[in-house]
Parts: sequence; C-alpha cells; structure tokens
Amino acid sequence: MDELIKYAPDLGIGFLENVKLSLVAAVVSLILGTVLVAMRLSPTPVLRVAGTVYVNVVRNTPLTLVLAFSALGLSDQLGLVFSQTPLTNSFWVVAMGLSLYTAAFVCEALRAGVNTVPMGQAEAARAIGLTFMQSLRMIILPQAFRTVVAPLGSVMIAMIKNTTVATAGGFLADAAATMKEVFDTTGASIPIFLGIVLAFMALTMPVGFFTGWLSRRLAVVR
Amino acid sequence: MSTTVLFDAPGPRGRVRNSALTVVSVIVVGAALYGVYLGFDAKDQFEGKIWQPFLMWETWDFYIIPGLIGTLQAAAVAAVLALAFGAIFGLARLSDHAWIRIPAGVVVEVFRAIPLLLLIFFIFYLAPAVLGGGDYAFMAVVVGLMLYNGSVLAEVVRAGVHAVPKGQSEAAYAVGMRKNQVMRLVLLPQAVTAMMPAIVSQLVVLLKDTALGYIIAYVDLLNTGFKILPARFFGSLIPAAIVIGIIYVALNMALSFLATWLERRSRRSRKTAAAPVVAPGSAEVGVAAGQGTEGGGVAPDRPVE
Repeated sequence: MDELIKYAPDLGIGFLENVKLSLVAAVVSLILGTVLVAMRLSPTPVLRVAGTVYVNVVRNTPLTLVLAFSALGLSDQLGLVFSQTPLTNSFWVVAMGLSLYTAAFVCEALRAGVNTVPMGQAEAARAIGLTFMQSLRMIILPQAFRTVVAPLGSVMIAMIKNTTVATAGGFLADAAATMKEVFDTTGASIPIFLGIVLAFMALTMPVGFFTGWLSRRLAVVR
Repeated sequence: MSTTVLFDAPGPRGRVRNSALTVVSVIVVGAALYGVYLGFDAKDQFEGKIWQPFLMWETWDFYIIPGLIGTLQAAAVAAVLALAFGAIFGLARLSDHAWIRIPAGVVVEVFRAIPLLLLIFFIFYLAPAVLGGGDYAFMAVVVGLMLYNGSVLAEVVRAGVHAVPKGQSEAAYAVGMRKNQVMRLVLLPQAVTAMMPAIVSQLVVLLKDTALGYIIAYVDLLNTGFKILPARFFGSLIPAAIVIGIIYVALNMALSFLATWLERRSRRSRKTAAAPVVAPGSAEVGVAAGQGTEGGGVAPDRPVE
C-alpha cells in the first residue's frame, strides 16, 4: 500500500496521458470511421475497394505492429514528424496509429448498423429524390448510429484499454510504461497494479453505462 | 439491406456522374499511393539492397520462421488454456449454486476489464518473485492471453447456452434427466454449434494479441521480424514490417474466413435450435466476429444479438 501512495503522483501523470490519448483517438477514429463507411457504401467501386482493403488489412494487423511501425518506420525512417520535442512527437505518432487502427473497427460497427436499417427507408429516400449523399446523411446514418451506440461503446472501451500499448509506439510516459518502470525498482506490487486497473475501470465503466443508457434511449422503435 | 439499395440503377446522367466520380477517386487514391511511393522512394526504400535479405533462405530460416513458431506456440497453448478456462467459468456462471456462480462472475468480469498489456506486465514481474529466477516471457504472454480471452469465451459459453430455446431443457427435464445430463446431452451440443463462429473470431483476437509479447521481449514473429532482423540487416526495417504484416494478415484472414464459413454453415444446418451468438463486447451487430486487442470490454448490457 505504501508503494502505491509513494508512486501515485507519477502513475497519475501517466494515467492522464492515457486519458488524453483516448480523447484524441476517440474523436479522430469516429470521424475517420464514418468516412470509411461512406466509402464502403458509395456507388464508386474504387472507393468501395479502397475502403474494404483498408479495413481488412488494419483489422487483421496486431496493434503492436501498427504502433511500432508508426514510430520506427513512419516517424524515424520516413520522417513523419509532428513535433520537435521527442515526447510530444511520440504522443501524436501513437495517437495517429491508435486512431487509424480504431477507425477500422468503428467502420465495421457502423456498417453492421447500416445493415439493420430496413430496406424501405433507403427506397423511400430514393423515391422522394434524395441523392446518395443526402440519403446517407439524412436517412441511413442517423438510424445506423442509433442502433450501434452500444457496439461503438465497446469499440471505445477497447480503444481506451489499447492506449496501454502506447509503449510499443515509443511513447513511454503512459500508465503502463510508468508501471513497468516502477516495477523495475519495486518488483511486482499488487497495490500498484490494482490501483491502475481500478483507474482504467473508472474510465471504461462510465463509457459502458453511458452508451448502454444512450442506446436504450435512442433505440429506433420498429 | 444490401448496399445497392442506397442508390438507383443509374440513368444516363447518373452514369456520367458515376464515371466522373470513379475517375476522381482513382486520381485521389492513386495520388495518395503515389505520395506514399514518393515518400518511400525519397528515403531509398525501394533499393534492391534492403529487400535482398527476404530472398535469402537464411533470413527465413533464422528469423522469420522461428518467430512464427514462437507466435503460433504461444497462440496454440493460450488458445487451449483459454478454451478450458472459458468452458469452466462459463459453466460455473450458469451454476444453480450462488457460491459458485458469484465468484466465477467476479473473476470473468474483472479479467475482461483489465487492459491485457497491464496483466501481462504484472504476471511478467510477479512470476520471478513467486517462482524464482528464469525467463517468464512465454508464461506471461500465455497466462495473460488465457485469463483475458478465457473470460471473453466464458461469456460466449454462457450466451451460447442461453441461446438454446427454453423448451429444450424443459423437455429434457420432463423426460427425467438430471441437471448434469440436461447440460451435457441437450444444452451443450446445441450451444457449441451456435458458439463456434464467436469462438473462432475470439481466437483471431488471441492470435493478434500474441504480438504484445514483443513488448516484454518474448521471441515471437514481431520480435524476430521487426527488432532482430532489421538490426542484422541495416535499413530493412520497412520491408520487414511489410513482410511480417502480410504474414499476420494472411493468418488472421484465414481464421476469419473459417469463422464466416462456420457461421454460414450453422445458419444453414438444423442441428441446433439456437441462433449464433456474438462475442460480448464485439463491434458487430448480428454478425459474429471479434475485434482486436480489444475484443471486449465492460459491456454494460448483453450484446446485440
């Protein structure tokens, strides 16, 4: 217990980085995932293929590889630099990798939602003369989003837990890396481990409850 | 709803517009790919020299194949253990005795909520303290994967048994079977069929997550391919990433196809009255497939089925 109290400030700072990563990745991946799903549904075959290939490749690649490649390959070798400060740079590299990865899952969740929208909705939209973009924007996606609020919540929870893999992307300031550092000096400490786990649960459980509540509230009655 | 319902069969103007869009998107996608190509080329990533190692048998023999074996070993052991863990705890959660049901529920919920990497770190540091010195990287990866994926599988088992229509167990009890017999002879055989796709997609998640071993220096494909190999052949980092990326994607897609095939088959077959179940916390609605390091989370209510 003493160890947890002693190292709590460091671990707290690390955990804050996980929270920041989660926030950035949540916003970017939701936007990118929506763009991807629009690509996969579009009348243009090239965009459909591009979207499908992206989702299938990214979804089947381990996150560890995505992040390690972003850091060592894209950033170090190919010179993709967000900031001159190494720590800030690696934060954005990890945020980028995590967003690109999560976007594929967001796209899959949304696509599953689109599949639950009854055919009549799209047919009616076409019948009153809406274009593809209009029917997607005003008819299909609003209903699709409502049905997949809970699955999207699971994707976000998974993403929050995935922020711990930031270590693989060379970002060594997050809670997992800090915990490893502390363990290097103290050895495995059960209080510290439980403390961090509880912190993550405090972050993921509200997301779960909120999206669960939201999905019941927004459910489309059919 | 099929995707084609979103837009009409195009008329003359629509066809022109679609062709224009196709041209524009070809240009945009092409430009993006060309940009990547230029970026790679500017850093000399297409020089034959750095791709050369992948044409030599020694590279595969010394680095990639041993790494692949390490990955598959960890995945295979963890898969067997996770299935056993999932079966035991899934059935324990269905028990009629509260003293079995509640502890099992707590274990499952807790291990599902812990970020997997933290769990692996903890085991990695705890093991030497408890068991004495040695290399515990393999054990940490396997036990971590077992606890996490086993907990997700326990939920799958529970969902699978619940998916069998009530009349089945009622009928079994009516002909005088015991609890044990009802479970063993009536519920489980039908539940397993319904669970199969969800189990296979969870195994994809498990296989992908073995890559976390990279962080604690377990000798897996990512480690030999992305850390050791580029250190030996200087400059081959990006080719290495591409090669092992292809291996991972091929492995996982093969397993995913198996899951899809199993699902289609179980939907056709009439051996079970239960509808296919979805892994808890999975992003899919109705279609079973796991989702990544990341499979589950604290799903507040039962997944959409």
